[in-house]
Amino acid sequence: MEKRSEKNKNDPKKGARKFRAKVMAVTWFFVLLFISMSGYICYFALTNEQELAENPYNGIQQILMEQNTRGRIYASGGEVLAETGTDSQGRETRIYPYENLFSHVVGYATHGRAGIEAEMNYFLIQSNISLPQKAMNGELGQKNAGDSIRTTLRVDLQDVASKALGIYKGAVIVTEPDTGKILAMVSKPDFVPAEIPELWDYLINSTESSILLNRVTQGLYPPGSTFKIMTALEYIRANNLGISSYSYNCTGHFSANGLRINCFRGNAHGRVDFTDSFAKSCNSSFANIGNLLDEENFRHTLDELLFDTALPFSLPYSLSRIDLNNETTPAEMMQITIGQGKTQITPFHLNLITGAIANNGILMSPYLYEAIVNENGNILRQYSSNEAKRLMGEGEALVLRELMESVVLGGTATRLRDLSYTAAGKTGSAEFGAIKGESHAWFTGYAPAENPQICVTVIIEGAGSGGDYAVPIAKRIFDAYFD
Amino acid sequence: MFWETKPLFQVYYTELSKYIIALLIALYTYEGFAVFRFENEDKRANIYIRQNILMFLIHLACFISIYFEKNEIEYLFFYIFQLILLYATVIIFRTVYPRLNRLLLNNICMLLSIGFVILTRISFIRAQRQFAIAAASLIIALLVPFIIRKVSFLKKLTWVYATAGMAILSAVLILGQSNLGSRRIFTVAGLAFQPSEIVKVLFVFFVAGALYKSANFFQIFTTMVAAAFHVVILVVSRDLGSALMLFVVYILMVYLATGKWWYLLAGIVGGAFASVLAHGVFSHVKVRVQAFVDPWSVIDNQGYQITQSLFSISRGGLFGLGLFNGNPTAIPVVDQDFVFSAIAEELGLIFAICVILICLSCFIMCMNIAIKLNDKFYQLVAFGLGIIYITQVFLTIGGGVKFIPMTGVTLPLVSYGGSSVVTTIMMFSIISGLYMLKYDEDKVKKPIDAESESDGKKKRKKQERP
Repeated sequence: MEKRSEKNKNDPKKGARKFRAKVMAVTWFFVLLFISMSGYICYFALTNEQELAENPYNGIQQILMEQNTRGRIYASGGEVLAETGTDSQGRETRIYPYENLFSHVVGYATHGRAGIEAEMNYFLIQSNISLPQKAMNGELGQKNAGDSIRTTLRVDLQDVASKALGIYKGAVIVTEPDTGKILAMVSKPDFVPAEIPELWDYLINSTESSILLNRVTQGLYPPGSTFKIMTALEYIRANNLGISSYSYNCTGHFSANGLRINCFRGNAHGRVDFTDSFAKSCNSSFANIGNLLDEENFRHTLDELLFDTALPFSLPYSLSRIDLNNETTPAEMMQITIGQGKTQITPFHLNLITGAIANNGILMSPYLYEAIVNENGNILRQYSSNEAKRLMGEGEALVLRELMESVVLGGTATRLRDLSYTAAGKTGSAEFGAIKGESHAWFTGYAPAENPQICVTVIIEGAGSGGDYAVPIAKRIFDAYFD
Repeated sequence: MFWETKPLFQVYYTELSKYIIALLIALYTYEGFAVFRFENEDKRANIYIRQNILMFLIHLACFISIYFEKNEIEYLFFYIFQLILLYATVIIFRTVYPRLNRLLLNNICMLLSIGFVILTRISFIRAQRQFAIAAASLIIALLVPFIIRKVSFLKKLTWVYATAGMAILSAVLILGQSNLGSRRIFTVAGLAFQPSEIVKVLFVFFVAGALYKSANFFQIFTTMVAAAFHVVILVVSRDLGSALMLFVVYILMVYLATGKWWYLLAGIVGGAFASVLAHGVFSHVKVRVQAFVDPWSVIDNQGYQITQSLFSISRGGLFGLGLFNGNPTAIPVVDQDFVFSAIAEELGLIFAICVILICLSCFIMCMNIAIKLNDKFYQLVAFGLGIIYITQVFLTIGGGVKFIPMTGVTLPLVSYGGSSVVTTIMMFSIISGLYMLKYDEDKVKKPIDAESESDGKKKRKKQERP
């Protein structure tokens, strides 16, 4: 007995240490596993809260809607754009005081959701009123008032833009180039959000006029001559800002590569330099320029200008499309440079590019919200402007600004000349469909020319030339703004 | 329709109690780890008392919320019964077994009380049933350490455990009723059992018995065949969670007994291979994997449960929506497989993470005890039971938060489920019994040596610390 315990004395102790080490290893394995799982849970739950709350399968919306009344949506001047009313029986209805004026941008909250009502739903159904208020509401059996959204939208500009478009189909967007604030966003035809329940069947069946489509962000149009902004940028870039040497003799048409490009209404512009070509929107001269450009570099510039690329914006929008690659033929290139062919752009995207030019090349992230506030007006979250991206060099932007000023001073937008403010921009008459001569009227520009404060983009479907139809609408908006 | 009215005080209470409850459970959890700073149970006494006080405060705070909402006298009585049970457990176990490891006891009570709270919120009837079973289990558990001390032939019954385990599992496969797509329920005299629960304990005893002596290759091989038999029956019975638990505990116990890391490696490789095979052969495995990989695309069918669970977890935020303010019952079988998600939603992420840490604290204490035991058989048993426990916790929580595929097991002591509660309480009382057995032996044999040994350990521990 004595001997055996002597002999084994060392072994068990060594064994015990080994045993201990192995158990510790397994223990640490599980400890680390559980720590990583806990980290994962917190990360998942806290970062996905809003996204998961938006899922229609999530019961949280139902819970919150039973506890809180939906909050209000305000214009920048404090006007109520949407609010929820409760009748004596406790039934709730969503009220839109301006009826159809803000239909697309504010959107609706029945039959699905759209616009701000959809994007900000998560915040509108929460309530951050004070605890005593909640306690009082609990005692009285009342719902808590939901949080509200203060937007950047201006009722006066929205109203002018809407009235100016009148019965035409089309879109208008007004922004501040140096902040990215969206001041007005009009899409026609429009609808009254409160009537959505009655109109629903009609709206989803009338595919032809696509009333529910927000044409500003989702409408894809051929850019027409407004695309000459991109072509001009590429030419400026390829020639290191040197445009003075360019000269071309316009006979009203340009033929090359088996394709004939006509100037608008067949006008012969005669001898033009680069500025004249841009100001007068000479198709022949720009088709000629198209022949001088390098496809690959042009593609690169267009990528930088966010074609076929996501925009820094959260409302639903369409991607602007351009078919330019290694297989593009010289004939197609000529069409691309004057904005015809398969190229499509949204008015919103064109406005961002114009805004970036006005802001010396820097695109500010477009935004619609000033703040989220609770019922008492206390700010819960403040939004501020921030730089999205530099789209072009400062020098390039300055040359483009001079070109856009020349459009007003002696080109296609002279209706904006000799006013109390200065303006700059580019017109476009984008032909579409099979019938010759039918065109969408475009204008995109900003004012004042030397110190841009607002940037306006207008499109009117099938109206005619941009100078005749789109420029006057932009003028009315500028007038209202500088009044 | 107007919302129902609430007393003025209730809104204040619900809002403020969230923060208080989170703070209390955080303190409790901290104490559960602070315990490990001391080697000696006597020095831990103050911590244990603080834990008990915190537990009763949390329990009270939660039941005030429940009473506000329900406002029925039954709930008040139920609370008092729970209070009596928890208090009696703490006092009686301490009196009968002065050398009992009180961290395990406290954590068992804490987890049970959390279970009572969340089950009362989900289903009053089920909470009452859970309470009755827990009370009965605790009474039986009182006897377990006594039996462990008296019965010395436990390590000789190796193949009895294996035969019993395999027989029970086979019987369930053939005779059992299908419950939620898996055959695992067995009804005896009107009471529904989930026999795989008890087989987990038998299995650990079997593997410990087979491996505690010098384990040669033949023994490991025969054990492996029997172990594989267990696992395969469970997979065929669609009880993937239990199959995984037995698999994990088996390879870890073999590793511990033999000390050969390549057994571990072979086990992992074999397990991976078997998983791929099971994925190909069994449609129910495929369904689980699909619901894990992309539940959003099958949100109406296989993905419904897990996505509802994810919604639940994301809704609560750090402090939870408050009891009765969330919607955890939207998750199918929330009271069994997804009780963790319900806790996260209504009591908050902080609380939920604390529950995970309390479970981890139980596990670390089991491993601590395994290290301290003298007998290799008992070491393996304590180790194995601890692994079974922590693997189950991992499977249920990990599955509910989409960290791993869902396997449908309960959160021990918290989830609704009689067999689960009984088995878990038994497991912990066996481990406690082993701990006391070791203390008895040390005292009888060489009280001085045991003292000096524990001193030596303390010194080593100190050196290990940076």
